[in-house]
Amino acid sequence: MGVVAIGLAAVLVVLSWVLGPRRPTPQKLAPYECGVTPIGSARERFPIKFYLIAMLFIVFDIETVFLYPWAVIYKSSGSMMLFNLAEMAVFIGILFVGYVYVWRRGAFEWD
Amino acid sequence: MEFLDSEIWKQLFVYSVANPGDPALLWWAHVVRSVLRLAIGIGFVLTIVPGLIWLERRLLSWWQGRLGPNRVGWQGLAQPIADGIKLFFKEDIIPTNVDKTLYIMAPAVALAPVLYSVTVLPWNGSPDWGAVAPGLNIGILFLLAVASIEVYGVILAGWSSNNKYSLLGGLRASSQVISYELGMGLSIIAVLLMLGTLGTQAMVQGYPFDEAGREVYLKVGDVLYNGQGVIEAKNLVRGSAESGYSVYKHAPTSGFWDWTFLRLFPFGLIAAITYLISMVAETNRAPFDLPEAETELVAGFHTEYSSMKFAMFFMGEYANMLIVSAIAITLFFGGWLAPWGGLSQLPEPMWTILPPFLVTTINALIAGFWFGIKLFLLICFFILMRASLPRLRYDMLMKFGWKGLLPLGLVNLLLIAISMAVQHRIDPTGTAIGRPSLTAWWSGQLTALGVGGVLALVLLAAKAAQYRARRATAAETAIAPIRRAPVATPTAPSAPSEI
Repeated sequence: MGVVAIGLAAVLVVLSWVLGPRRPTPQKLAPYECGVTPIGSARERFPIKFYLIAMLFIVFDIETVFLYPWAVIYKSSGSMMLFNLAEMAVFIGILFVGYVYVWRRGAFEWD
Repeated sequence: MEFLDSEIWKQLFVYSVANPGDPALLWWAHVVRSVLRLAIGIGFVLTIVPGLIWLERRLLSWWQGRLGPNRVGWQGLAQPIADGIKLFFKEDIIPTNVDKTLYIMAPAVALAPVLYSVTVLPWNGSPDWGAVAPGLNIGILFLLAVASIEVYGVILAGWSSNNKYSLLGGLRASSQVISYELGMGLSIIAVLLMLGTLGTQAMVQGYPFDEAGREVYLKVGDVLYNGQGVIEAKNLVRGSAESGYSVYKHAPTSGFWDWTFLRLFPFGLIAAITYLISMVAETNRAPFDLPEAETELVAGFHTEYSSMKFAMFFMGEYANMLIVSAIAITLFFGGWLAPWGGLSQLPEPMWTILPPFLVTTINALIAGFWFGIKLFLLICFFILMRASLPRLRYDMLMKFGWKGLLPLGLVNLLLIAISMAVQHRIDPTGTAIGRPSLTAWWSGQLTALGVGGVLALVLLAAKAAQYRARRATAAETAIAPIRRAPVATPTAPSAPSEI
C-alpha cells in the first residue's frame, strides 16, 4: 500500500512534467507577487510565534503519546484500574501545572 | 457454475483466515487477495475524490443560488475528470530560485500519506475483506503516524517556493495542523478509553477477550458488547457448524444508542464534537481555511504550483477530508453499522438459504452502503460549514485550539476515566463484559459530572478573581482621563474603562 501510494504520487509528478508544454519566460518564472516585480527574497525571518507553537506542540504531543498505551489497557486493567487512574491523574496534574504556567506567561496570546 | 467448487475459487474468495476449519491460504491466494483489497481501497479514494469535488461545487452553487458545473457529463459529473485531464497537459512551471528537489517533492509528500492511510479504514466487518489491511490491531496508531506526515508536504511546499505568500501560508498551515492535532489526539484517546482497543474493526464490532482482557479467538455463543453495537457469534452460514466457523451477527436490539458518541453521555458527545471541530481544522477547510485565505495570501502554500502538482495538493486535501470523516465514523458513529442493528445485515433466515459466499458478500455490501451513507452525510457537513461560516481570525483560531480544545479534551479524558473506575468499583463483572448495571452507570456518571462541576466552579472562581484583580489594578494605575481644553460640562471623572 505504501509503495502504491508513493508510486502513484511520483507517477503524477512525472506525468505532468512529461505531458505539459514548456515555454518559459522570465516573467512567468518569477515568484508570484500579484503581478508586481518581487521585492527581496522570501527567505526572511518569520514570526517567532510559530516557533513557540512548535515547541509547545512537542511537549503536549509527547504527553498524548504517553496517554495512548494507558488508554488502551485502562478498560481491561481490572483491579488495577483505580491505581491507573491515580497515576495518570498525577501525570496530567503535573502537565497541567506546566500548561497553566505557559498560559500565564502569555505563550498562547497571538498578538 | 463449476468454478464455484474449484479449489482456486475457494482459495481466493471462500476460505476465511478467521475460520479454524478452513485449510490455510496458499501464498498466491494471499497475494491476490491483498492486491484486490488494495485495488478496492485505492480505487475507492480515486473515484470518490472527483465526485467529492463535483458534490462540493454543486452544493455550494445550490446554496448560493447559482448553477455550478452542469455541462460535462450527466449534471456535470465528469467536470472534475475533465479538469484533471486538462491539468495534465498544462505547463509545469518551476519558478526561478526555488529549492528544486523540495519543490518537486512537496506535492508527493502531501498526497502519498493520505493515500497510504486508507489502509486501515474498515468498511465492513469481514476478517478477509474488511479493509486494505483487515484486522490490523494497531489501526488508529498507524493512522495517526501516517496522517501526520502530510504536514511535511505543506511546510516543504511553503518554504521551497521562494514566495512570501507561500512561506506564510505554509507556516500558518503547519502550526494550525499541529495545534489541532492535540485536540484530535485527545478525543481519539477518549474513544480508546471507552472501547479499549486500537484496531479499527474491533472498535466497531467489538472483540472477544479472556479474563485478563486480552483479545482471543471468537467462539460460537460469544456476545460482544465492547464494540459499538451488540454482536453475537453464531453458526449461521450453511455448513459452518461442522467446520466450527462462526460469524458476527449484529443483534437487532442494538442501534445508534450504542455508538460511542452517546457513550457515557455527555462525555462521548464532547469527544465527538471536539473531534469534528479539529478534523475540520486539520484538513484546512472553512471556517479554518486560513492557510489558503485568498484575501490575504493568494492561495497560501501552493501559490507557486501549477499543472498536476497543484492538482495533487487539491486531491490530497479532498482525500484527507474523506479519511478524517471515515475515522470520525469509525470512532464515534458506529462504523459500518446501521442505525438499527437489524438493518446492518441480511435477515437471519436468509443466511441458511443462500450459499455462504453470497451471504458474506451481501453483508459486506450492506455494510459498505451504511458506511457510504454516513460518509456522505459528514462530507455534506463539511461543505455546509464552508457555505455558512465566515473565516476565523488567526489569533482566534490559535486561542480556540490551545485554550479551548486542549484543556477540554484533557478534562474530558480524566472524567471518562473517573466514571469508568467508579463503575468498575461497583459492578466489576458487568463492566468487564461492557454492560455495567444501571446503578454502577449512574454512580460513575454522577461522580464524574460532580468532579467536572467542581472543576468548572474552580475555573469560574479563578476567572472572577482575575477579573476583579484586573479591575483593581486598572483603577489604581489609571491615568486621569485627558480633559479637553474647554470643558463644557464639568463632571466627575468617569470610572476608568476596562482595558
